[in-house]
Amino acid sequence: MNQNRFFRNIALGIENLLLHKLRSVLTMLGVVFGVGSVVAMLSVGEGASQEAMDQIRKLGSTNIILTSVKPVDEDDRTAPRSFMSMSMYGLTYDDYERLRVSYPAVRQIAPVKLLRKESRLGSRSMELRVVGTSDAWFDLVQRELVAGRRLRASDEDQFNPVAVLTEFGARRLLATQSTIGQRVRIGGQAFEIVGIIKSESGQAGEMQVPDRDVDVYIPLRIARDYFGDTTTRIQAGSMSRERVELHQIIAQIDEMGNVEPTAAAIEQMLQRFHRRKSYEISVPLSLLRQAEATQRTFNIVLGSIAGISLLVGGIGIMNIMLASVTERTREIGIRRAIGAKRGQIITQFLIETIVLSTIGGLVGIALGVLTPMLITYFSGMPTVLTPLSIVLPMVISFVVGIVFGLYPAANAARVDPIIALRHE
Amino acid sequence: MTGPNGDIVRLDAARKIYRMGNQQVNALDGVTVAFTRGSFWAIMGASGSGKSTMMNIIGCLDRLSDGHYRLEGQDVGTLDDDQLSERRLRHIGFIFQSFNLIPQLTVQRNIELPLYYLGWQPEPSAARATELARRVGLEDRLHHRPTELSGGQMQRVAIARALANDPHLLLADEPTGNLDSATGEQIMKLLDALHREGKTIIMVTHEPHIAVHARSRLYMKDGRIDRIDES
Ligand SMILES: Nc1ncnc2c1ncn2[C@@H]1O[C@H](COP(=O)(O)OP(=O)(O)O)[C@@H](O)[C@H]1O
Ligand SMILES: [Mg+2]
Repeated sequence: MNQNRFFRNIALGIENLLLHKLRSVLTMLGVVFGVGSVVAMLSVGEGASQEAMDQIRKLGSTNIILTSVKPVDEDDRTAPRSFMSMSMYGLTYDDYERLRVSYPAVRQIAPVKLLRKESRLGSRSMELRVVGTSDAWFDLVQRELVAGRRLRASDEDQFNPVAVLTEFGARRLLATQSTIGQRVRIGGQAFEIVGIIKSESGQAGEMQVPDRDVDVYIPLRIARDYFGDTTTRIQAGSMSRERVELHQIIAQIDEMGNVEPTAAAIEQMLQRFHRRKSYEISVPLSLLRQAEATQRTFNIVLGSIAGISLLVGGIGIMNIMLASVTERTREIGIRRAIGAKRGQIITQFLIETIVLSTIGGLVGIALGVLTPMLITYFSGMPTVLTPLSIVLPMVISFVVGIVFGLYPAANAARVDPIIALRHE
Repeated sequence: MTGPNGDIVRLDAARKIYRMGNQQVNALDGVTVAFTRGSFWAIMGASGSGKSTMMNIIGCLDRLSDGHYRLEGQDVGTLDDDQLSERRLRHIGFIFQSFNLIPQLTVQRNIELPLYYLGWQPEPSAARATELARRVGLEDRLHHRPTELSGGQMQRVAIARALANDPHLLLADEPTGNLDSATGEQIMKLLDALHREGKTIIMVTHEPHIAVHARSRLYMKDGRIDRIDES
């Protein structure tokens, strides 16, 4: 019975609004666009942040990545331009050992040595990007195995000249099917190809995914023994030599809570052993935290814009409802004379406002869901709809109806029937 | 005079004072009168003599400044706003000079209005509205809007609406004031019939040929009762 009455009230409210279709639609527009833009912005924002966070997570949220960086003062122009000038910088084998041995929180650690070597398979010859590393690398940087096997600890111990190609490298070097077991020459040395892994391309922030430009992985000991640590570059007629032992060290920490303290401890250690800062420490977890903080700021900004647009929409509704009350003074007087209580008049006008704002909210949500879909369709930008980004604007538009409907409804209830009925 | 048990409306030393700035208008200036159940009254008098004010008081739309008003034995002065609404809803049917239909609603919806506030369900309301429309001869106009009707038809809709809650008391403030005399006569025939059915009718008019339909006449002057003709 009561519920019945509730639905009849709503039906009557809708009926009343339908008497002024154009006006009702125009009144709704503020809430439609307010809610629509909130839903759309939330889903675009959520999509962007999820994409950024996914990329950071790919780096491993428990990893610490150390990278060798050439110091700025080690510039060719400031150094004496002797024939055999050589710059030495970056992470060392000793750093790697210290990290491996003296940090209990480090669960696994992989060294990375980057080289460019002229390689040859049959008659084909080209420069390949080579990484000397250990089997741990394959644990830290998850890559799908396409064929064969990855590097093993025994390759290192037994000094096996084996190589694992990335898919990308394999495509560059050879187009044949039976890749596994083939022999290639890398930098004049013979290697056996034992496996192929998937390439991962992509970038997270300014940090390079370690194997982005890599063609082939070989055991570190082999790389060191065959090719040494010094590279010679001939540039614009002069020769420069560089000595870098390790280009990167990736350490995996046992649990999240230890990542940042360990990173700090490692930084202190490196400062002690390096005269100049020729390395960089990046912690994906910190990046993740930063991304989350950015997202929070973004959400606050979005929330404010949403609040303002809904406020404007609500004021629009209130304005029209106030006009409607004035225009319908006589109707109110008639209803009151017939026996309507003040509360029933309030209910009538409040329901009309809530129906307006809620229908506006529903249309706005439809608009706000459609827009990101179109954005994704046309620009490929990811967008994510969360339940909250739909429920929240819905609730807000309902509340807007109540808040901005109360004042006009109270005005309606204050109408004096005697005066209203005299009102021609 | 009739005994208190037979009175449906009873005013005792009723006063209604309007203050406008430092001017004071005694719209009702000490009125004592009783209307018995089933009577048919015409309230007459010059413009500004307090007829409408008395009707508003009797209709529970307004309160006295002083004195007492009893409706069916109950002192209305002690009631709050919601209770006054309740009296209007259950005991009183209003008929106005300017009809006061809601222009956006159909004839049926206008007639159903009191039933809506009485909490009736849609189906019985519709049945009752149809029955009342037939009663006033407008069953073929149920889905028209008031603006599509003539003045006489509008007033008949208003009468149907006033009857919807089956009130004992019908209050009509110049019901024929906006109608030509032929149409006015039709409306009066309806009121006569209602009186015969036992409704108490209090009607304001300044037209003698309308007033003759009533059994009793009360003349107002300057907020007071000038004289009463009872037949
Ligand atoms: N709301 C009001 N405010 C001030 N004066 C009023 C009001 N209503 C009526 N009056 C005054 O009260 C007196 C009686 O008015 P009313 O009852 O409408 O007269 P009638 O209906 O007999 O023409 C008039 O002098 C009128 O001006
Ligand atoms: Mg009058």
